[in-house]
Amino acid sequence: MARKSYCEQLTKLKEDVLKMGTMVEEAICLAVKSLKERDDELAQQVIDGDDLIDDFTVKIEDCCITLLALQQPMARDLRVITTAIKIITDLERMADLAVDIAKVTLQISGQPLIKPLIDIPRMMEIAQKMTRISLDAYVKEDPEMVQCLIDYDHEVDALYDQVFRELSLLMVDDPHTIKQAAQLLLVARFLERIADHATNVGESTYYMVKGERTELNL
Amino acid sequence: MKFSITLDRGYKEDLGDNKFEIHKLNLYYGSNQVLKDIDLNIAEHKVTALIGPSGCGKSTLLRTLNRMNDLIPGVRIEGSVLLDGEDIYQPEVDVVALRKRVGMVFQRPNPFPKSIFENIAYGPRHHGVRDTAELAEIVEWSLRKAALWDEVKDNLRKSALQLSGGQQQRLCIARALAVKPDVLLMDEPCSALDPISTARVEDLIYDLKEDYTIVVVTHNMQQAARISEYTAFLLNGSLIEYDETNRLFTNPSRKETEDYITGRFG
Repeated sequence: MARKSYCEQLTKLKEDVLKMGTMVEEAICLAVKSLKERDDELAQQVIDGDDLIDDFTVKIEDCCITLLALQQPMARDLRVITTAIKIITDLERMADLAVDIAKVTLQISGQPLIKPLIDIPRMMEIAQKMTRISLDAYVKEDPEMVQCLIDYDHEVDALYDQVFRELSLLMVDDPHTIKQAAQLLLVARFLERIADHATNVGESTYYMVKGERTELNL
Repeated sequence: MKFSITLDRGYKEDLGDNKFEIHKLNLYYGSNQVLKDIDLNIAEHKVTALIGPSGCGKSTLLRTLNRMNDLIPGVRIEGSVLLDGEDIYQPEVDVVALRKRVGMVFQRPNPFPKSIFENIAYGPRHHGVRDTAELAEIVEWSLRKAALWDEVKDNLRKSALQLSGGQQQRLCIARALAVKPDVLLMDEPCSALDPISTARVEDLIYDLKEDYTIVVVTHNMQQAARISEYTAFLLNGSLIEYDETNRLFTNPSRKETEDYITGRFG
């Protein structure tokens, strides 16, 4: 095959995006775990770990810019690189949202939970699944895999509405809960956003493979 | 006549008027078939790029548009090439008049060993312009069109061979424009030029397409991507894909095109 080093760099780029995706997936998982298990240390770990993800984002972006400048990529190669830039931007935002969740863990540290966390971990599970599916589709270059993200995103949205209603009622019943309820509401919102970013990753992957757009965030 | 290309993605688009319509064009050098069943429409007042690996037939295809291949012994051409609806391969066609309408610029600048003025005046004079004032006017007009006037206006009597390579190429473009063609064929017009001269010729092509139909053969795919509206990809004498440049370079329909433009070829 011609352009051996270029092909190797493209392969490496995809591996790096996947590696970053795995780091982000873990950050989301640990952030929710820290909240559920009231583990401040774990929350701090997520917050500290974000610097690594940020550094990795810059590294991948630099690699993309170098490839664009030096290789003048065309067609699918061009889409692989521009997609990588888009995906890492989404992943980086997802990691930031994980940090926001971890910060809530620290903010409500020492307070008893106003209600057992059921729907929020469920949202996390689905958002995490969506992240994994979108990254799997990216690695396997399978545009069909991302179609299921539409349904999962609806599920997350429905759970968010449910959490919203539930916490609103709690706040109305007992104004003392407002501070923590507002924080938990934010967590639900962060997870809903994470799911949206996962659909973005799916859309980018679809474009990369097919050269056409699809809308997954309906 | 409407310009339409049947795109590989399955529908037709009307894209303005056709300048050329090429139907079932086959070309042989002796027993060697160089072009195979080419069907291609070239849009008026647009830039069309022909790309493909060496030996794919793109220069030959370009040369069929003003019958330059007629000069090669043993060449045989089947099919038709319509220019504004008229077949240029009919026996009654005046080839000199055809080449006046369809000018050509070559890979290496090839000015005549004469003055700048005489290089430009040669064509119009050949076609019967005798009046000195009129010739001077044509020379200025052509040099201005080719974005060379300001650089040479004080030295029109200087030998064209003293110009830089980039200036010589713009001189050749001016020379082609001097006989007021409709179409400009360019066979790798920038391959012998440095990046600055290349950029000037590319700017020139951009400016010229308002008045001319331009067909460019290029090995430089970035150049094709930069300057053309439509791109045709040829391989082994066949037209593999023809589409809007934007589409062809971001999402080609055919694997052969993809392999070629991403450099995976061979």
